[in-house]
Amino acid sequence: MTRFRVAIHITPRRGILDPQGKTVAEALQTLGFGAVRDVHVGRHVVVELEARDKASAESSTRDMCERLLANPVTEDFEIAGVEAIAA
Amino acid sequence: MKFGIVTFPGSNCDYDAFHAVTEALGEHAVYLWHKDHDLQGCDVIVLPGGFSYGDYLRAGAIARFSPVMRDVIAHANRGGPVLAICNGFQIACEAGLLRGALLRNASLKFVSELVQLRVETTETLFSNRYENGAILRIPIAHGDGRYTADDETLDRLEGEGQVVFRYVGGPGDADEWWSPNGSMHAIAGIVNDAGNVLGMMPHPERAVDSLLGSADGLGIFESMLARVAA
Repeated sequence: MTRFRVAIHITPRRGILDPQGKTVAEALQTLGFGAVRDVHVGRHVVVELEARDKASAESSTRDMCERLLANPVTEDFEIAGVEAIAA
Repeated sequence: MKFGIVTFPGSNCDYDAFHAVTEALGEHAVYLWHKDHDLQGCDVIVLPGGFSYGDYLRAGAIARFSPVMRDVIAHANRGGPVLAICNGFQIACEAGLLRGALLRNASLKFVSELVQLRVETTETLFSNRYENGAILRIPIAHGDGRYTADDETLDRLEGEGQVVFRYVGGPGDADEWWSPNGSMHAIAGIVNDAGNVLGMMPHPERAVDSLLGSADGLGIFESMLARVAA
């Protein structure tokens, strides 16, 4: 078994009102970042786990996202990176 | 009739619910510890308000995996009544007992105020003691109360008479939908398909004594008593 660190991005689903993202976008525009068109604020979760290989670490994390880490009604998730690390 | 009030770590309306049942309604109530698997023969389960598990990850997301929830879900699947208030509503949605989800208030602010709810149906276990269209004054106190669901779910809830309470009468017309938290269709409370699980963000257990501002919430408890005891 190898230890892996998996990074997960969880964001509000497109089309669902995201007042936090909208407020941040407005603040950025006020700061002079006029090019900003849209902002979404979500969560970044880092999981360290033991797995046989990279694929199994990813598939196990996907399962965690579907069952707990993301709400299937309102959020999307994306596995942003899987890397082997020293235990 | 025996009410079981679940205490999760971070629940803070369990005592109010206990008071409503024992003092205002005059029935029996016990606290059920979240780690136990024993519903102690209760007829009705109350998932109370609060901040279970500090609202970590998402409100209700962790509490939904508490040991007692397995038994609460089995109770609900047998047709047993569940009253899920505020954080309890969030937990019930996370647990799949109710459809949809409760997201951060559109204003991004915690709202704590007395609001007006309209009774949208009296054909439920929880609302049969009210008049259709009655306006209730019941307090809300939450930061994550924006009811959100896809169009198909909303159509179904509306079509099947599962929207029990709706927020009305903000600054405008008393009959107009008005949502203090940005809820879709101004939804304040819904029941599941079988009608035995009610989830609502407002706190009926805090509106059971006119001395404290309103006794309009008592009807929910009386409705259950009328139906379950019968």
